[in-house]
Amino acid sequence: MTSPEIELKVLMLASLNGDAASHRVLLDRLSRHLRAYYKGKLARIGRGAAEAEDLVQEAVLAVHFKRHTYDPLEPLTPWVHAIARYKLIDFLRRNRTSLTDVPIDEADEVMAHDDNLSAESSFDLKRLMQRLPEKTRCSIVAVKLDGQSVAEAAERCGISESGVKVNIHRGLKTLAALIAKETRA
Amino acid sequence: MKTDELVEMLSIDAKPVARTTLVRTLSLAGAASGIAALVIACVVFGVRADLMEERALTFLFVKLAFTVGIVGLALVYLTKLVRPGGERRTQPFLVALPFLAIIALAAISLGLAPRSHWDTMILGDEWLECLLSVPIIAIVPFAISIWAVRRGAPTDLARTGAVAGLVAGGVSAMAYALHCTDDSLPFVAVWYGGTIALCTLAGAALGPRLLRW
Repeated sequence: MTSPEIELKVLMLASLNGDAASHRVLLDRLSRHLRAYYKGKLARIGRGAAEAEDLVQEAVLAVHFKRHTYDPLEPLTPWVHAIARYKLIDFLRRNRTSLTDVPIDEADEVMAHDDNLSAESSFDLKRLMQRLPEKTRCSIVAVKLDGQSVAEAAERCGISESGVKVNIHRGLKTLAALIAKETRA
Repeated sequence: MKTDELVEMLSIDAKPVARTTLVRTLSLAGAASGIAALVIACVVFGVRADLMEERALTFLFVKLAFTVGIVGLALVYLTKLVRPGGERRTQPFLVALPFLAIIALAAISLGLAPRSHWDTMILGDEWLECLLSVPIIAIVPFAISIWAVRRGAPTDLARTGAVAGLVAGGVSAMAYALHCTDDSLPFVAVWYGGTIALCTLAGAALGPRLLRW
């Protein structure tokens, strides 16, 4: 079994240096590994692909917002695995599934397979976005969903370019918090 | 929502991430906890009147060595625990060292003293005050430690909470040492060690609720 450790770690280091393209490729590739990991785990307890996708997204959000906790001197796989497993155990606890259903696994397992057959998660982006402040929502919609540049977004939303960036950062944090809240409802 | 959409959105938020943030946050929290505890101890309890006398200074030194040792080792341990999977890469026995040292010293000092002195050596004059003060002073430092740990991503919440409690108990006992006039090793071992252990247990109990992410 060849592990994607080396490739992914290179992407992670570039991403920590602020390289947006690497960051995106990293999250994309990790999401496939996480999907395969969670589908495998959840299949054993009779849960479906949508729930696996919820977990994939929770873990991707955690990788993004907790990336400053990665120590570049250490391999990446155990770090990703610890996050993936933490989110899995959290999910099982929420759903009152006995923890004994999930055997202890090795860190490599999280990178062992990938799966790009993505499903829709149960998080409704449009509905969650409604709960963001207006300028924040405007910034995210403009840059991401409508593909405008930061300068265009600034003009459209009536704020400065740095304001757009700050709004996007805060907005994504709020979205992550809303998703976390939803999973706990 | 599709995961691709999420990845797209998150990638706009790519920016350089400082690798030292976490350690800096914890060091700052350690310093802030210490200052908070010192201020509370000095304002609420006051510094012991005989602080500058030789015997008082000797015991102050012992108490500080014990508590600062605990805080230092606990903070080092905490910097590991705040990273995902950090609990797998560390051994907790190091933080027990100051406790073992003070228990050994206390046992020796009891062994050298006549049995009739043991009660006063262990109970001192103010054991009840110590029992109450250390946990009370620890509240603010505990809140600061928990705030700092929440910047990270611990995956063993009970253990991380326990170590945050240990840091808080340690700085609290350190500050209380400026006030406390009970100068005997068994007193320090039982009441300082005991109240710090109590803070650790409280942290372990609260960790899973306070540290979830």
